[in-house]
Amino acid sequence: MLSDTDWSAIRLTLELASVTTLLLLVIGTPIAWWLARTRSAWKGAVGAVVALPIVLPPTVIGFYLLVAMGPEGPVGRLTQSLGLGVLPFTFAGLVVASVFYSLPFVVQPIQNAFEAIGERPLEAAATLRASPLDTFFSVVLPLARPGYLTASVLGFAHTVGEFGVVLMIGGNIPDKTRVVSVQIYDHVEALEYAQAHWLAAGMVAFSFVVLLLLYTLNPTGRRA
Amino acid sequence: MHTRFATSLTVLLLALTFPAAFAAEVQVAVAANFTAPMQRIAADFEQATGHQAKLAFGSTGKFYAQIKNGAPFDVLLAADDETPAKLEREGDAVASSRFTYSIGRLALWSAKPGYVDAQGAVLKQGTFKHLALANPKLAPYGAAAVETLNKLGLLAALQPKFVQGENIAQTFQFVSTGNAELGFVALSQVFEGGKLKRGSAWIVPPGLHAPIRQDAVVLARGKDNPAALALMKYMKEDKARAIIKAYGYEY
Repeated sequence: MLSDTDWSAIRLTLELASVTTLLLLVIGTPIAWWLARTRSAWKGAVGAVVALPIVLPPTVIGFYLLVAMGPEGPVGRLTQSLGLGVLPFTFAGLVVASVFYSLPFVVQPIQNAFEAIGERPLEAAATLRASPLDTFFSVVLPLARPGYLTASVLGFAHTVGEFGVVLMIGGNIPDKTRVVSVQIYDHVEALEYAQAHWLAAGMVAFSFVVLLLLYTLNPTGRRA
Repeated sequence: MHTRFATSLTVLLLALTFPAAFAAEVQVAVAANFTAPMQRIAADFEQATGHQAKLAFGSTGKFYAQIKNGAPFDVLLAADDETPAKLEREGDAVASSRFTYSIGRLALWSAKPGYVDAQGAVLKQGTFKHLALANPKLAPYGAAAVETLNKLGLLAALQPKFVQGENIAQTFQFVSTGNAELGFVALSQVFEGGKLKRGSAWIVPPGLHAPIRQDAVVLARGKDNPAALALMKYMKEDKARAIIKAYGYEY
């Protein structure tokens, strides 16, 4: 049924999606907070940049990441000067790419949740002399829980479903950059349809169950 | 009055559609490594015959899957000789239309001038981090690269440095962006008009791997298409072969 390389691809995919989701929750929260609260003229521009990966084809993102993170690119020069080498063909490179690629799927649900809270709970907390940080952790976060659930599930699932970007910057290295979607592609290309079916059907089942859980546990998450 | 208008309209319509009665359109699936020469051959072909050649570029394995599932291609220019033969056996291609339109050459290439020496000794030094090649499971150029390294006795030592492109076009991209210092690409990708376009290269001698025979075949859908047959004929003519040769292929 599934070979060792298939299992290694599955393990790698889950690892990549977990790391990416955790990073995205940390990075996405301040961005979402700022987008939800700001009256700055930059709000539109920042929101648009965050949403870019939704509309851009993965080939565009993958190609620019390959060039930007390469030895001649701006990101590549930075990582080299920090002694990190270049990011393409590494797991870290895939994480960076995935964070960018799945950013809107995490930021937007959290932003919606923050906006839905409104001013009143924050004002109430302020009159009770809660510090902003305290307010955030004891008032905002609990109220925004459905948004965080949606964000985590979508960020995770979207990273699992990523293909074009990984294909373009991964280099198909076993245990390092060969994720499930690439493995399926390889099987199909090599005309190994039976193996492709096992993995592909597994992906369909996984994605369905994840979305089913999301929509049953968290019906309001749909708005995100 | 009315009829005169109708007549002139008919004449006009006839005049517009008349050339199309002679000129047909052929949908061609082209192996990625043959992209550059085929664009030029197609342009010449259109001029010479009036037929239109619509080109799609990609990997042979993907084309196979698409053809098996009813993709509207009339002709396949494959990157190997196995896929066309298989399609013929399975009844998806016209028997006896198959021929070798080119024999591909492999090159070890770097985007940096002077990085790859003319004997490929850089492989033995192993001072690079990444060696790009096409996935040997999928692409004939990848299989030829592995065969070459095996013959040089370097396969085991260099395998940890492999980064694989899904096809030869992606492999080229890895090297040309400098992300891989060097890689095995199709000579046609770095060669034009009989010389190297940029960077440095070692043209792998044919003795180090089995010849990369690339076969063309007329697919079942194209069997009655005059443009498909004309293209197959044109591919064997001197003008097309001169282009094929200029990109470093043999035939």
